[in-house]
Amino acid sequence: MITATPRNDLLLMVFFAIAILTMPIWLSPIGAAYPDLLQRFAIYGIFAIGFNLLFGLTGYLSFGHAAFLGVGSYTAVWSFKLLSMSVVPAVLFGVITSGLFAVVIGYISLRRSGIYFSILTLAFAQMSYNLAYSVLTPITNGETGLQLAQEDPRVFDNLFGTAMESGSGIPPTNLFGLEMSGYSGFYFCAVLMIIGFYISMRITRSPFGMMLKAVKSNQNRMSYTGLNTRPYTLAAFVISGMYAGLAGSLLAVTDPLAGAERMQWTASGEVVLMTILGGVGTLMGPVIGAGVIKYFENIFSAFNDDALHEIFSFLPDVLQDGVVAVVGLFVGEGWHLTLGALFVIVVVFLPGGIMEGIGRLSRVFSQKKTIEPTVKTRAQPGE
Amino acid sequence: MDALVLQLLNGLDKGGAYALIALGLTLIFGTLGVVNFAHGALFMLGAFCAVAMKQLLTLSKLVKDESITFFDAFKEEPYLKIWFGDTGAIIIDYAVPISILLAIPVMLLIGLALERGLIRFFYKRTHAEQILVTFGMAIVLQEIVKAMFGANPVPMPPPEIFAGSADIGSFLGLGNSVVYPWWRLVYLGFAGIVIAGVFSFLQFTTFGMVVRAGMQDRETVGLLGIDIERRFTIVFGLAAVVSGLAGVMYTPIVPPDYHMGMDFLVLSFVVVVVGGMGSLTGAVAAGFLLGILQSFASMNEITSILPGIDQIIIFLVAVVILLVRPRGLMGRKGVMES
Amino acid sequence: MTDNSNKKFHLSRRRLLTGAAAVGAGAAMFGGSPMGFVKGAWAANFRNDPGNNSFVKFGFNVPQTGAYADEGADELRAYYLAVKHLNGEGDGGMLTTMQPSSLKGNGILGKKVEYVTGDTQTKSDAARASAKRMIEKEGVTMFSGGSSSGVAVATQSLAQEMGVIFMCGLTHSNDTTGKDKRRYGFRHFFNAYMSGAALGPVLKDEMGTDRRAYHLTADYTWGWTQEESIKNTTEALGWETVNAVRTPVGAGDFSQYITPVLNSGADVLILNHYGKDMINSLTQAIQFGLRDKQVNGKNFEIVVPLFSRLMAQGAGENIKGILGTTNWNWSLQDAGSQAFVKSFGQEYGFPPSQAAHTCYVQTLLYANACEMAGTFYPPEVIKALEGFEFDGMGNGPTEYRAADHQCFKDVLVVRGNENPTTQFDLLNVVQQVPRAQVEYDPAIFGGDLGPYEV
Repeated sequence: MITATPRNDLLLMVFFAIAILTMPIWLSPIGAAYPDLLQRFAIYGIFAIGFNLLFGLTGYLSFGHAAFLGVGSYTAVWSFKLLSMSVVPAVLFGVITSGLFAVVIGYISLRRSGIYFSILTLAFAQMSYNLAYSVLTPITNGETGLQLAQEDPRVFDNLFGTAMESGSGIPPTNLFGLEMSGYSGFYFCAVLMIIGFYISMRITRSPFGMMLKAVKSNQNRMSYTGLNTRPYTLAAFVISGMYAGLAGSLLAVTDPLAGAERMQWTASGEVVLMTILGGVGTLMGPVIGAGVIKYFENIFSAFNDDALHEIFSFLPDVLQDGVVAVVGLFVGEGWHLTLGALFVIVVVFLPGGIMEGIGRLSRVFSQKKTIEPTVKTRAQPGE
Repeated sequence: MDALVLQLLNGLDKGGAYALIALGLTLIFGTLGVVNFAHGALFMLGAFCAVAMKQLLTLSKLVKDESITFFDAFKEEPYLKIWFGDTGAIIIDYAVPISILLAIPVMLLIGLALERGLIRFFYKRTHAEQILVTFGMAIVLQEIVKAMFGANPVPMPPPEIFAGSADIGSFLGLGNSVVYPWWRLVYLGFAGIVIAGVFSFLQFTTFGMVVRAGMQDRETVGLLGIDIERRFTIVFGLAAVVSGLAGVMYTPIVPPDYHMGMDFLVLSFVVVVVGGMGSLTGAVAAGFLLGILQSFASMNEITSILPGIDQIIIFLVAVVILLVRPRGLMGRKGVMES
Repeated sequence: MTDNSNKKFHLSRRRLLTGAAAVGAGAAMFGGSPMGFVKGAWAANFRNDPGNNSFVKFGFNVPQTGAYADEGADELRAYYLAVKHLNGEGDGGMLTTMQPSSLKGNGILGKKVEYVTGDTQTKSDAARASAKRMIEKEGVTMFSGGSSSGVAVATQSLAQEMGVIFMCGLTHSNDTTGKDKRRYGFRHFFNAYMSGAALGPVLKDEMGTDRRAYHLTADYTWGWTQEESIKNTTEALGWETVNAVRTPVGAGDFSQYITPVLNSGADVLILNHYGKDMINSLTQAIQFGLRDKQVNGKNFEIVVPLFSRLMAQGAGENIKGILGTTNWNWSLQDAGSQAFVKSFGQEYGFPPSQAAHTCYVQTLLYANACEMAGTFYPPEVIKALEGFEFDGMGNGPTEYRAADHQCFKDVLVVRGNENPTTQFDLLNVVQQVPRAQVEYDPAIFGGDLGPYEV
C-alpha cells in the first residue's frame, strides 16, 4: 500500500514503536491493558514476526515452529535455575539453543519442499513434544512444566551475593535488579519486539531478503541459474527459529515456567494462523494477527452469563435474556466458535488477511477526496 | 508368537482406521488440490451421526423416579421399547450399524454443502488460505457438536453379538490365548470393503476414470470439455461419506467426543504424506504400515530398549521415509511441492 | 470495562522498592489513577485488597474447552451455587450444616461476593494466563479451579508468586501437596496416596493376597504418582507386580497396550488413567474380554483407582463391577451431602459430581477462614485455614493439615453399579474408609511450603 522508501520505513518504524509502547493506554478501553496480556501481545508478536520471515519471504510453511518456542523456554528456565535470575543469560542462551536446534531441523527438513517440508517440521516438533511430555521429564518436568525451586543452585547469584535472603521465597527474574513481572516485563518485551521488527524490516529490504522472495516466486528458475538456494533458506529458517527461541525465553522471563504444551502442534498451528490472519508477507500483519488471537483467548473466554447480563442491562429484561443467550454461545466456553468463524470470515472476504482490510480502508479514505462515486464499488469484498 | 499375532491384528485394525481417513483426505488433495484441515471434523461428524441415531432410537418417555426424593429425577423408558417390546430393544441394540443409513445421506449433504458453499472458492487460493479457512470451519463444526452433545465422550456399545471376543487362536491353531474383539474384526472387514469400493468405483466407472484423469492433469481434462467442477463436488461428497463412515464404525472402539477429529487430523496428514501426495494406493499402504509399526513399537520388549519409542514412532518413520523417498511411498512429482 | 482502574497497580512493598523507579514512573504516566497506586501500596499492603469496596471478587478458573469441559462446567455450577449461598440467597446449602462456621450468609466480612471466570484449556500456560488476568485485571482476592494436577501445580506456584490464595479444585497427584506444595495453595480433594491406602484393605478382602497385577499408567506425573502409591499398597498386601507400562496421554486406541496383558499371567489390571484415557482403556479392556477371563484359577479383575462419575458416564456399561475410589459421591446420606445435593439438584436438575463438591466446599472454606481471621489479608487467612478442623461438609470430621495444606477425611471406595436405576446412579459406595487409615507423614513427599509474606 505504501512504497518502501527509506523515509517511509522510518515513519513506519516510529509509528510502530509508539503504537507498541503506548499499548497500556489505548488498549485500556477494550479491557486488554493489564501486564500479562500486554506481555503476551509482545511475545507472540515476536514469534509471529519471526515466523513470517520464513513463511512470508520464502513460502516455506513450517508446521513445527512451536518446538523452537519450547526449546527457548526450557533453556531460559534452566538458565534461571542453574546460573542466575538475571534475564540476560536466559535470553541469550534461549536464542542460541533454539538457533542450534533450528540448524539441525532446518538442515534435514529443507531437503524437501512444499507439504513434504511442512510434514517434516511437524514430525520433529511432535517428537519433541511427546518426548518432553513423557520420557524427558527429568529435563522438562513433563506435564507440570519446568519450574523454579527454592533450592536451585543459581551459581552466579550466590557467587556475587545478589541472592535474596533465605525464607523470602524464590527470587524474581530481573534485568539488573529491575523485576521482570508486571509492566516492566512488558516494556522489556516491547523493546525487544521493536528491535525484532526493525531487524525483520531490514532483512526484508536487503539483497538477502530479495533472494528469499525469489525463492518463493520460483525456486526452479533460481536453481537453473546455477544458484544453490539451500544456504539462503536455511539461514532464513535459523533466523526464524531464533525469533521463536527469543519469544520462548521471554515467556519464561515474564513467567518462569515452561510447559511441554508449548511445543504441541496446536501451538505451531497457532502461529501459522496468526500470520495468515494478519497478512502473510506484510511487516505489521503477523503482529496484528497475534494480538487478535491472544485477545480472543484471554478476553472472550472470560465472559460469563452474569457479565453479559451486566453489559446488556440497558435492555428490557425479556430482550436481555434473549440477547445474552445468543451472545453467550460465542463467548465464555464458546470462544473457540468465534475464533473459528473469524478465520472463515477473514479468509473469505480478505484474502490478504487483516492487513488487506486495512489497506482497503486506507484506499477508501484516500480516494474519498478525489473520486467519490467509485468508493462504494471499491469497498466491496472481492468474492 | 501369540503376542506378535495380536499386535499384527492391532496394527491392521489401526491401519484400517488410518487408511479410511487418509483415503478421503488424499482424494480431496489429489483431485481438488485443497489442503482440507476440516477432514478430522468430517470423521467426527460421522461418529456423531451414530450418536444422533442412537439418541433418536432411544427417544424416551420420562418416568418420575420415586427413589430419589431431594430433587425431581426421571427414569427413561425408550418409546421403541414401549411400542415394539423386544423388537424395539433389538433395533436399539443395532444402533451403530443402523446409523450407517443415516450417515451416508447426511455426510453426503454436508460434503456437498461445504464444497459448494465454501471450498470451491478456494481452488485457486494459496494453501495457507485453504488451511486457515478449513481449520476455521473445523472449529466451528466442532463447537456446534459440543453445544449439542456436550464435551464428554458418549458410550456407544456395539450390538450384543459383537460385544465379546473371537477365539481366533483356536481357529488358526495357535491355542486359545489369542482372542480378539468381534467388533474390531468387523471394523477391519468394513475398512476393507469401503477401500475396495472406492477403488473399484474409480477404476471401473466412467466417472471414476474422469476423476483419475483429473488427478493426473486437471487442465487437459478441462480442455476436453468435461465439466470437472461438478465432478469435484461429487468427489468431495464422496470423501466426506468415506470419512464419516469411518467415524460411525469407530464409535464402539473409542467413545466419540467433539474433539476426536483434531486428534486424528495430524495423524491423517502424516499418513497421506508418507503415502505420497495424490496416491490413493500410497495412502492405504501408509495407513496400514504406520498402524502396524505403531503396534509393534508399543511392545514391552521394544520400549524397554528404547523408552518412549511408541510415542514417536509414527513421526520417526515419516521423517525417514520422506528422506529416503522424496515424495513418500508412491507420490508423484509436482503435486503440492510449491 | 470494569471499575478496577484504581486497583491496577497494587504492588507489594518489596516489588515496589525494587521496581519503583521504572515501574512507578510508567505506571503513573499510563495508569490513569496515581491515587489508587499509592493507596494500594501503603494502606493495606497486600495485592487486591478489597479495601473499602462493597464487594470481594473471586476468580473461577476451570477448563471450558478441551476434554474436561463438562467437568469444568460442573465446577462452575458449584461455584455459582457457593457464591449464591455465601451472599444469603437460595436455601443456604452446606452453610446450614458446616461446623464450626463463622459464615453469616451476608457475604464475607459484610462484603458481597462477586466472581469472574476463565478458561484453563487444561494447559498450564493458558491456566496461568487466565489466572494472571484475574489477578492483574479483575483484582480477585482468591482464585480456584481444577481438573488436572499439572495445571493445579502450575497455578499454585503462581499463587505463591503473586500473593493471592489458590484453592485447588480437582487434583489428585501427590505432588500438589507434596513436593510442589505452596503456602498459598490448599487442597480439599484427596490424593493418590490416600486412594492406595483406602483401596488396600478392600482389595485384600475382595481379591485375596495372592494376586499378580499389571499396571497401565498415563505417562505423566499424575499417572506416575498414582502407579507408585497403588504399587506400594498392593505389594504390601503380598501382590506381585507383573509389569507397569506407560501409555501416551490421549492415545485413543489402547489395543497395543492391552493385548500384552492377555498372556502376561497377570490376574488384575490396574488402570492409572483419568478422563478420556480411562474411558477408552476401560472400554477397550472389556472388549478384549479381560473381565470374562480366568487366570491362575481366579477371575480376572480390573481396578480404576480414581473414579469420576462424570467421566464414568462415557464408559457406559463397562464400569459395572469395577472397583475404585472417589472423594465424594452424591448418594451419601449425611446431612451436609444431602443439603448440598438438594440445593444443587433443585438449581440444575441433576446431582453434583465430586468435582463440583470439592469446588463448592473450597469456596466456603476460604470464606469461612476470612471471617475467622477478620480480614482478607492472605497470611492471616492462611493461618486460619491451617489446622482448621470442621465437619458437616460431606466427608465426616476433616482437618486441613498445616504441614502440607492437605485435607484429611474419609475416602470412599466405590464400585460401578451393576443395576443402576438412573443415569446418575453409577457408583455404589463399598466402604467409607475412615480418615485414620489414609493418613501419612507429610515428610514422605518432601517439598517446602514457602513463606507467608510474599
